[in-house]
Amino acid sequence: MAETTHTEFPPNTAPESEVTDLGDLDEKARLGAPSGASAAIDGLTEEGETLSPRNAGSEQFGLKKHSHGNAPVVPEASRGERRRSFDLADFPTLTGLEEDWRFTPLKRLRGLHTDALTGAAPAVEVTGAGNVTVETVGRGDARLGTAATPEDRVSAAAWNAFTGATVITIPKETVADGEVMVSVTGSASEAAAQHILIRAEAFSKAVVVLDHSGSVTLAQNVEIVVGDGAELTVVSVQEWDDDAVHVSSQQAKVGRDARYKHVVVSLGGDLVRLTPSSIFTAPGAEVEMYGLYFADAGQHLEQRLLVDHAVPNCKSRVTYKGALQGKDAHTVWVGDVLIRKAAEGTDTYETNRNLILTDGARSDSVPNLEIETGLIEGAGHASATGRFDDEHLFYLMARGIPEKDARRLVVRGFLTEVIQQIKVPALEERLSESVERELAAGNL
Amino acid sequence: MSTLEIKDLHVSIDTEQGNIPILKGVTLTINTGETHAIMGPNGSGKSTLASTIAGHPRYKVDSGSITLDGEDVLSMSVDERARAGLFLAMQYPVEVPGVTMTNFLRTAKTALEGEAPSLRHWTKDVKAAMSQLRIDADFAQRNVNEGFSGGEKKRVEILQLELFRPKFAILDETDSGLDVDALKVVSEGVNREHSKGEMGTLLITHYTRILRYIKPDFVHVFVAGRIAEEGGPELADRLEEEGYDRFTAQSAVEA
Repeated sequence: MAETTHTEFPPNTAPESEVTDLGDLDEKARLGAPSGASAAIDGLTEEGETLSPRNAGSEQFGLKKHSHGNAPVVPEASRGERRRSFDLADFPTLTGLEEDWRFTPLKRLRGLHTDALTGAAPAVEVTGAGNVTVETVGRGDARLGTAATPEDRVSAAAWNAFTGATVITIPKETVADGEVMVSVTGSASEAAAQHILIRAEAFSKAVVVLDHSGSVTLAQNVEIVVGDGAELTVVSVQEWDDDAVHVSSQQAKVGRDARYKHVVVSLGGDLVRLTPSSIFTAPGAEVEMYGLYFADAGQHLEQRLLVDHAVPNCKSRVTYKGALQGKDAHTVWVGDVLIRKAAEGTDTYETNRNLILTDGARSDSVPNLEIETGLIEGAGHASATGRFDDEHLFYLMARGIPEKDARRLVVRGFLTEVIQQIKVPALEERLSESVERELAAGNL
Repeated sequence: MSTLEIKDLHVSIDTEQGNIPILKGVTLTINTGETHAIMGPNGSGKSTLASTIAGHPRYKVDSGSITLDGEDVLSMSVDERARAGLFLAMQYPVEVPGVTMTNFLRTAKTALEGEAPSLRHWTKDVKAAMSQLRIDADFAQRNVNEGFSGGEKKRVEILQLELFRPKFAILDETDSGLDVDALKVVSEGVNREHSKGEMGTLLITHYTRILRYIKPDFVHVFVAGRIAEEGGPELADRLEEEGYDRFTAQSAVEA
């Protein structure tokens, strides 16, 4: 296993922590942590004999193993070992210490992680293609839950709480006769759950746009099946109102020789947390995952993605780009790529780029690559966070470009690369305009 | 015919140690068609003069004036100065993320001219200028200065000089860090533009080497924030033989 970024324990633990006296453990984890939960010998760490009585016992670093209670969680040794379950009880109450929640301000989730999600789900309207089937089904529909299994507490809570699901099917060997626009419009702030299933049957071809707007407190599961030989693009646009809270798991199961493209565009909302996954289930498939996010003052935009190479000869490319402006604008990007032992011939590369436009913004970027076989084509990742500073501005202005235009030039150029991947001209244009509005709103 | 006039310019910078005066009364007049070389030892204030003319926010003008054809340059913002016809070829051009050279050049030209250049002619001009400066064609698609070597960055500065056609070009140690071949290519670019007779040039350099390729009409020696000596091209020859010792010794005595 090669893991280039250490993820054992959060150095900057979220303040919501209900466990207050873990300081020494935190330090120990950083100094002596093995890069996985390899068998911890009783009373002995890599530093030598344990100094803290807390470490007595067989648990790693003195922490308890997964339990259904309120105890701290031992981080998984491999991304592939993360708990997956439909049972909410399998996910302990969040403390903010969990590896996958450590960047998320839980207090701003407005109860999505604690409350029953009984609010009215946002309205769903599907338009744009005549030869695509759209159904609203009850919880009992056998197709639900076949492509995705919740991987975190909010996702599990959403699974348990939704009342009706929207199922969009692109029939076998059908090319959708237009872009499938799925408008998700919120108008309530009670915590709600939503379930959407997108099924691209074998050899079908379609672009599906999830267009989120309005005001919500929403836990959402989007399940995606990309059938053998199918070609599916799913674009998830978050242009929520300023107060919206949106936590969305978007898992895709990718079939043999399929082509799957997933694009995230997060612009509006108070807190948006997306966890898109691509799970290869048969050889020969290709996945591209793109993301664009633009955080203003106070906004928290988070994306944690997983590419699971579980089978041979698949290819994946991940490119996420983010811009930040204003005080306490915060973006998080965590890219987990897992190449399992069986995934020989894998070719993968992931990139994250962030551009900080003003003081007071924070961008976290964590690329993780786990490789369990050496017989691969290639695997790499890159992450860079730069800032647009006075020297850049001076350079552009010294060439006659006014200050406002100079800033826009930089941001536009930076983000356009992702917008161009959508390949739906009308939507590309709309999103370019949205980015312009973001720029204008930030007094840039 | 334009005139850039600098009168009794005093400039300082604010540092953690307090305000430090750098230029202590610089007076200089440059006309269209003239090439002035400013030479001097490190720390004499040469680059400060260049950056002050361009309007870098770090430099504080305490007194004196800079005018372009009578217009007050000091009251203009950085971009207004550029649009008025001043061009600074920077000593350390920065890398600008997210902006391709093509996009940058066209945006700047549009800002400078007040209207977008005709696409067909512009593309041709850019290609021709790049090839004359031996800049690889694929640089056009790369981000501004990103990953360029020191020499490539300097060539790109001169590329802009040739495309933007300023009234006055200020070359801030454009020669430093260049090998002989690159120095020739860069000098040819400056000479090509200068020979059109519509530009005045202020050439700031530490070394006399570039003066073999770009012939100055006037040479000013900068020492400790002032012009210590002025003359014709022969002064550069003398500096080449004697170095700056005689000036630095002199200023040490004065101090």
